Amino acid sequence: MSEGLRFILNGERVAAPGAAPTTTLLDWLREARGLTGTKEGCAEGDCGACTVIVRELAPDGALRQRTANACIQLLPMLHGREVVTVEALGGAHPVQRAMAEGHGGQCGFCTPGFVMSLAHAWETGASAEPEAVVDQIAGNLCRCTGYGPILAAASAARAAPAAAPDHEAALSRLRALRRDLTLTLDHRAEGARFLAPRSAEEFAAARLAHPEATILAGATDIGLWVTKRGFRPAMFLWVGDVAEFGEIGEDEAGLRFGPAVSHERAMAALAPLAPDLGEVWRRFASPQVRGAGTLLGNIANGSPIGDAAPALIALGARLTLRRGAARREIPLETFFIEYGRQDLRPGEFVEFVDVPRPADPMDLRCYKISKRFDQDISSLLAAIHVREEAGMTTLARIAFGGMAGVPKRARAAERALLGRPLDEAAIAAAAAALDEDFTPLSDHRASAAYRMRAARNLLTKFYLERRFGDIRVAGRGRAKPLEDAGERHV
Amino acid sequence: MDGTGFEAGKTLEALPHDSAFAHVSGEARYADDMPEPPGMVHLALGLSTVARGRILSADLSAVRAAPGVLHVLTAEDVPGINDTGPVVHDEPAFALSETGESAEIMFHGQCLFAVVATSREAARLAARLARIDYEAAEPILTIDDAVAAGSFLSEPYRMARGDARAAIEAAPMRAKGRIEIGGQEHFYLEGQVAVATPEEGGALHVLSSTQHPSEVQAVIAHNLCLPSSMVTVEVRRMGGGFGGKETQGNLIALAAALAARITGKPAKLRLDRDDDMILTGKRHPFRIDYEAGFDAEGRILGVRFEQWANCGWSADLSAAIADRAMFHADNAYFYPAAEIVSHRCRTNLCSMTAFRGFGGPQGVLGAERLIAHVAAETGLDPLEVRRRNFYAPMGAMPTRSLTPYGMMVEDCVIEEIVEELAESADYAGRRMEIAAWNEASPVLKRGIALSPVKFGISFTTTHLNQAGALVLVYQDGSVLLNHGGTEMGQGLYRKVQQVAAAEFGLDPERVRISATRTDKVPNTSATAASSGSDMNGMAVKKACEEIKARIAAHLGAGFAIFDKGRIVWQGGETTWEAAVKSAYFARVSLAATGFYATPKLAWDRATVSGRPFYYFAYGAAVTEALVDSLTGEYRLLRADILHDVGRSLNPAIDLGQVEGGYIQGVGWLTTEELDWDAKGRLRTHAPSTYKIPTAGDRPERMSVRLWAKGENRELTIRRSKAVGEPPLMLGISAFLAIEEAASAAAGAWTPLDAPATPERVLMALP
Ligand code: FES
Ligand code: FES
Repeated sequence: MSEGLRFILNGERVAAPGAAPTTTLLDWLREARGLTGTKEGCAEGDCGACTVIVRELAPDGALRQRTANACIQLLPMLHGREVVTVEALGGAHPVQRAMAEGHGGQCGFCTPGFVMSLAHAWETGASAEPEAVVDQIAGNLCRCTGYGPILAAASAARAAPAAAPDHEAALSRLRALRRDLTLTLDHRAEGARFLAPRSAEEFAAARLAHPEATILAGATDIGLWVTKRGFRPAMFLWVGDVAEFGEIGEDEAGLRFGPAVSHERAMAALAPLAPDLGEVWRRFASPQVRGAGTLLGNIANGSPIGDAAPALIALGARLTLRRGAARREIPLETFFIEYGRQDLRPGEFVEFVDVPRPADPMDLRCYKISKRFDQDISSLLAAIHVREEAGMTTLARIAFGGMAGVPKRARAAERALLGRPLDEAAIAAAAAALDEDFTPLSDHRASAAYRMRAARNLLTKFYLERRFGDIRVAGRGRAKPLEDAGERHV
Repeated sequence: MDGTGFEAGKTLEALPHDSAFAHVSGEARYADDMPEPPGMVHLALGLSTVARGRILSADLSAVRAAPGVLHVLTAEDVPGINDTGPVVHDEPAFALSETGESAEIMFHGQCLFAVVATSREAARLAARLARIDYEAAEPILTIDDAVAAGSFLSEPYRMARGDARAAIEAAPMRAKGRIEIGGQEHFYLEGQVAVATPEEGGALHVLSSTQHPSEVQAVIAHNLCLPSSMVTVEVRRMGGGFGGKETQGNLIALAAALAARITGKPAKLRLDRDDDMILTGKRHPFRIDYEAGFDAEGRILGVRFEQWANCGWSADLSAAIADRAMFHADNAYFYPAAEIVSHRCRTNLCSMTAFRGFGGPQGVLGAERLIAHVAAETGLDPLEVRRRNFYAPMGAMPTRSLTPYGMMVEDCVIEEIVEELAESADYAGRRMEIAAWNEASPVLKRGIALSPVKFGISFTTTHLNQAGALVLVYQDGSVLLNHGGTEMGQGLYRKVQQVAAAEFGLDPERVRISATRTDKVPNTSATAASSGSDMNGMAVKKACEEIKARIAAHLGAGFAIFDKGRIVWQGGETTWEAAVKSAYFARVSLAATGFYATPKLAWDRATVSGRPFYYFAYGAAVTEALVDSLTGEYRLLRADILHDVGRSLNPAIDLGQVEGGYIQGVGWLTTEELDWDAKGRLRTHAPSTYKIPTAGDRPERMSVRLWAKGENRELTIRRSKAVGEPPLMLGISAFLAIEEAASAAAGAWTPLDAPATPERVLMALP
């Protein structure tokens, strides 16, 4: 016995029994429901024109709300949840009024997406300071306005008196729906299947029984295979309904994340471990993608440019792999064998990652280099974890993304630093040792020569920052020459 | 007073975009949002997977057999010319012929065929199933490749005044250099789309996301062997255009029209974003070689530019675009002797096309690079060099007013704008403060730059400077407006509505503006060259004047003032509504067409002489950047902009154009990098790899102002100036600021190529 696919759309219960598992929420909204306010700008989670709000019940019964790219959310992932589209805001929402009156749209095609991102921020009481709003809309592209009027609209909307959002009503709708959905979703349509186990045991058993099934978490990667490569698997095995998988464990030693923990939630937990971890995650994709995509998904699909892995490798993270009832634990760096190949056996899945707490938050520094500062994939990511005790380097774990086919430790560079004072000579030796560690490639993100030169320079930067404090142009710890000049000229 | 109750040229109200509330509510419908009638068929294009070569064999059986497939369109399905080229017929719509000879493959991503199926998904999945064997040839990709292969679209074109070589030779100082300038993807948020619906008697109605409905109409007519009168093209709004929908929608609309014609059903083609980026044209990549002679005071005595445009595989609009790059090789500077030579390279890339500025930005960047070089050689502040070379101000002796193409610059206000901006942005004080700051900062470096823009307004293809409008007044006094311009976000509809409302003395809400349709106003030009409100505003004004004259005559007034819903004349006064009603009963026509042809234009391309532009628009920007000399990363700290829009037709819309244009220009020169691999495949074909600016890339502090003194000296609509394209070039100041900071890091002038990605910045440092 199983449930039919059901969720709440703009306050009303809807069912979609016949939708193929690869139907995207966006296509379904536009084609099946005629809700064309949600736009398609790219169908790959990069422009935000398709932004909707998704609400769900957290295991503790609280309301959890996020924005999502409807273009890469597969419809069955909405089972038991609530979707809010621009049509539901009614046109007179403070954010809508501020955007319209404040010239926040020109061609208007990006506008509903911005409205949804801003409405989410408004509803959740996020800061309306420009710096914060820039983050809130990092996943929304506008080609017309230059963003100024949108930033202004965000703060104007906050100033407007307004009724509270209907979160209580949403909670009771979701609770009522959850009460009615007691069984596992096993959605079958158009020759394909979407199975959403409800417990870890059930999931492990299903994985063992269906080693060929595609494990799906946030669909921030697989969604693109569907929209761009015609990927139509026979079966998805979804992690999102397994309650335990969404848990974050914490103790003295560190943190533990399950497969359904989103980047957004992981970011909140990781940021206190080291400020640069928070910064890496803040610059990781967009709020929409961070809200859907999961930390373990990013690791498990073995992306060579994923930002999570190098940072966690530098901290000494370990993975727990599970096959049926059997578990094994491995250091994260050994999981990545080569480009496109991970240490994962048939029927096995990644169940946890354990992230140890650094002795001092400032022992870890991370540097992400990308063409565009926000919402871009790294050309290069360096995570440098160095501990100095009594004038000596006693711990050196340095990991890079973008320098090889997989996220990888710079062992030779680490050796050059270990057991001696951290000084210019040691850094120079480590920089030179990078030649032993890496032979980077050239691609459309960066050339090999740039990658190597920047990687070496990042060791220098690390050293200078250790001695003199942050030296950055943007993001956390950035220089503020205009403010330092005391607003003299403004 | 000009009889309307308004002073000529008084700024109109800063009303929001005509669809502002429909945009935010999601109700504004774009072509893809129209309800789909039952039975609608969908298309997907099959694209070539090699950049150059021949098709040896094609097997489409799997495509035809795929679920939902109704038809596959190839060259033999096109009754007419099978070509979508706007100027030259060198663009086969469907390269693949199954029975005859296939066209040569000219670029990776070229359209071979189209699948017509019952759903978009079915069409797209089926399009992947084609089996095509190619005989691939070595593609010509770069300007160097084209030069080596002698591959050009046309002979070089030359503009010259005086003996530039001799002037350079005789000058006390000389500089010579080169800048490589990348192209730019439009990334309109709404991709290319068209919906074609068969109508009675073989007629077709086509909704298209095009800036040029008349051309889409003509292309469909030629290819389908229909008279143009049988094809109606309609555009209510586009989700951005920026030039990318001037010609690039032709193929999309034609494919949909053909499918509608063949199946007898409504047909839609909406491109997937990646296909859109691979298939459609972009801003031309350029190389500019320059050489100049000057004196120790930085005064330019002679210049030579050689401009190399990478035009891609077909002619498209490249001739006019490369011409405009030449027209802007002077930017705001007087060259006593100049020679500009332009080479139009034909390569196996997508066909580069119109993009906001239309070649102008590349020309201007060449001029600004030259100025930076002169400043480096003379040791002067680059702003000082700029000042010393500006065209003579309006009203001064025209000894320094002649352009290299023989037109006098009669309206130059750049000096005034630059002085006002340099003052308000404290350019001089900040430059000193920055130098001191840099001394104390070994890793991070700051740079500041001011760059001006002078931009010629008019289509340089003179006959395009015409526009038509249709104004209908109903018995109840409400007004319906139609003109040939299209709305792509630039606020044209609102501006023109405000013009009509001002003419009639009505509240703008009394004037409704409706979708642009070729059956309302024929033979329109593209909404391009920043000309939309200049030309359509005038055409509407003329139609309004015609109706006003008829009403005035009916009222027995020789001269009447239309203001605030009332009509006042010597000896009488009435309301607009009453006058309209009584005019109707007196059998007075309340509909009129208006037509406008831009005056004073006389450009003769063959003799390289005359006047290509009606007037010039001006502006300037100061940008400050912060660069990390260890990584090449940077951030824009502050931008101050002062721009001349004449008397604004709508200050809010104009400010939006200025700010948006600046950021788009910044994107072009910083993070937006197009990368084609050695096989001619575009690697940056999605927003995941092609990076337009996000909100975080906006300068931390930004001040954008319209120049208060601005007033067009020509008799344009209400003395306004065009605003669409010129501000894009203000983004050049950001590029120059990054260059200044990099130079501070290097300890010597460090010229950059564009786009100045972090990689280019770092690799330019010693
Ligand atoms: S359509 Fe671009 S993010 Fe969804
Ligand atoms: S208003 Fe056009 S993309 Fe934002």
